Amino acid sequence: MKHQQRIGDQPWLRRLLILSALTAIGLLLVMPLVAIFAQAFSAGAGVFWDNLSDRYTLHAIGLTLLVAAITVPLNLIFGVFLAWLVTRFEFIGRKLLITLIDIPFAVSPVVAGLLYLLLYGSNGWLGSWLMDHDLQLMFAWPGIVMVTVFITCPFVARELIPLMQQQGSSEEEAAVSLGANGWQMFRRVTLPNIQWALLYGVILTNARAVGEFGAVAVVSGNIRGETNTLPLHVELLYQDYNLVGAFTSASLLASLALVTLVIKSLLEWRQHRAAH
Amino acid sequence: MLFKLNKLKSGLAIAGLSLTLGATPAVGASLLNSSYDIARELFASYNELFQEHWQQTTGDNVEIRQSHGGSSRQAQAIIQGLRADVVTFNQVTDVNILHERGRLLPEDWQQRLPNASSPYYSTMAFLVRKDNPKGISNWDDLTREDVSLVMPNPKTSGNGRYSYLAALGFAQQTWGEDQDAIDSFMKGWLSRVSVFDTGGRGATNSFVERNIGDALLTFESEIQGIIEAFPDRQFEIVVPEISFLAEFPVAVVDRHAERNGNLELAQAYLEHLYSKEAQRLLAGFNYRVYDEEISAEFADRFPELTLLGITDIAGSWENAMQEHFANGGQLDQYQRR
Repeated sequence: MKHQQRIGDQPWLRRLLILSALTAIGLLLVMPLVAIFAQAFSAGAGVFWDNLSDRYTLHAIGLTLLVAAITVPLNLIFGVFLAWLVTRFEFIGRKLLITLIDIPFAVSPVVAGLLYLLLYGSNGWLGSWLMDHDLQLMFAWPGIVMVTVFITCPFVARELIPLMQQQGSSEEEAAVSLGANGWQMFRRVTLPNIQWALLYGVILTNARAVGEFGAVAVVSGNIRGETNTLPLHVELLYQDYNLVGAFTSASLLASLALVTLVIKSLLEWRQHRAAH
Repeated sequence: MLFKLNKLKSGLAIAGLSLTLGATPAVGASLLNSSYDIARELFASYNELFQEHWQQTTGDNVEIRQSHGGSSRQAQAIIQGLRADVVTFNQVTDVNILHERGRLLPEDWQQRLPNASSPYYSTMAFLVRKDNPKGISNWDDLTREDVSLVMPNPKTSGNGRYSYLAALGFAQQTWGEDQDAIDSFMKGWLSRVSVFDTGGRGATNSFVERNIGDALLTFESEIQGIIEAFPDRQFEIVVPEISFLAEFPVAVVDRHAERNGNLELAQAYLEHLYSKEAQRLLAGFNYRVYDEEISAEFADRFPELTLLGITDIAGSWENAMQEHFANGGQLDQYQRR
């Protein structure tokens, strides 16, 4: 029988396609990443270290970590509850709720920031009440945490919902019928089933919480050493003509992203192995 | 197992962080200065000067916090609740807005400090490339076909507006009542602009890093700073014979300062800008100052020129905004081909 020729069969074409894909990846992904680190170290390790140990940079790192440390646990609990609710119960408005979860994805971060400002700023609906009670949310770290929680709240739920839908509730029903109480059931049956997806959601939440720029820029107030997160700090240094400093901070963010990706791949690999 | 470990780690991280954040030392009084984008180094130096002065006169330590951004954005944040005690802006209109939209300070704020509350000033000038290859020396050189310009957009940036008004002032002085000549000059130089950046630093980057244009139109102070920051590029400054008086207004934000219990401190902070040592520091940052003795010290850095204020050129800021920069205003008409 005569073998039918397909498009990818000519070796020259195959090589051409592979080569162009590799070139694109090199130019668009690898080179910029290398450039960040090359710029950060362009004036030597000493200058890199000086920029890193600068008072304001250290504060930006601390603030960014604080925001993540509050955001991630909050959204972890929120996401699990929400996923549980929409996959284990039937109620009116369930479909609507599933759609609503996606709002932070659909809305541009800048708009999200402005929404919070309109609501909690001193001219906002709740703002004048807050003002009277001397509570400062916007232009202080609580505001930054609030918008970050908003921006990152879908990640955990979005990871869990399809999985929990697919798994169904039969195992949990079995646990209950054997006399487990709610907590035992969650701890021994539900959690082991969803743990990888949950961890994956947490990693995504963390990555976004650390890197968020647009929404945070609106509510931060740009007070150096007080409300400046790491992404804002990068922009600030860049505008000050401190290129090395800007790329030093950028390299921190990039390293964080790389670590996140490595953990993610590791998890996927373990999950894959566990499945077989 | 992995789970427990992770939880433990994040718990530790939170505990560690709350410790470090809680440990931020609380110094006596704390003042928040909301300022424009490119004044970071300037106020970092001035704050040290003032802290010393305050310590000597009252014996108290004071902490000064800085917020920097585009001055319109900064004004907006203050109206929305950023509790700045003082503003040190580069545009009078942005301070006016604090009165109009938020009633945060009285309407006559400009009368509260000398020189219309502007302790220093600058003017608009040109940055040209090494040896000034296009031979640019005045505003009318900018209309030549072989010249290409870079400047911030007058629609979005005060810096751009100042250059526009400076050129208009030159045209008014040169052609007087002849509106046709003024119009064709304005059209001419605006058509030579190849990049309108949104802000001053963006325009600088286009000219310096991306090598666009034969001349950059921006503040004299910014130009001197660029020349110092890039010595090997051998850029040159050209100060035209007529230009615009760019004021840098400062004001206490009464409502916020009162609330923060900082009224006296805030006033002292701004008044000290007029002292000899502060004026010397400002001149060192390439701003022109009013103090005669200090001006004389720095005379070689600041060539003499005719400076026109907003009242000479457009009557008032309100007028200028409406007639020239609003949608469908003069600027839009000049740019229509």
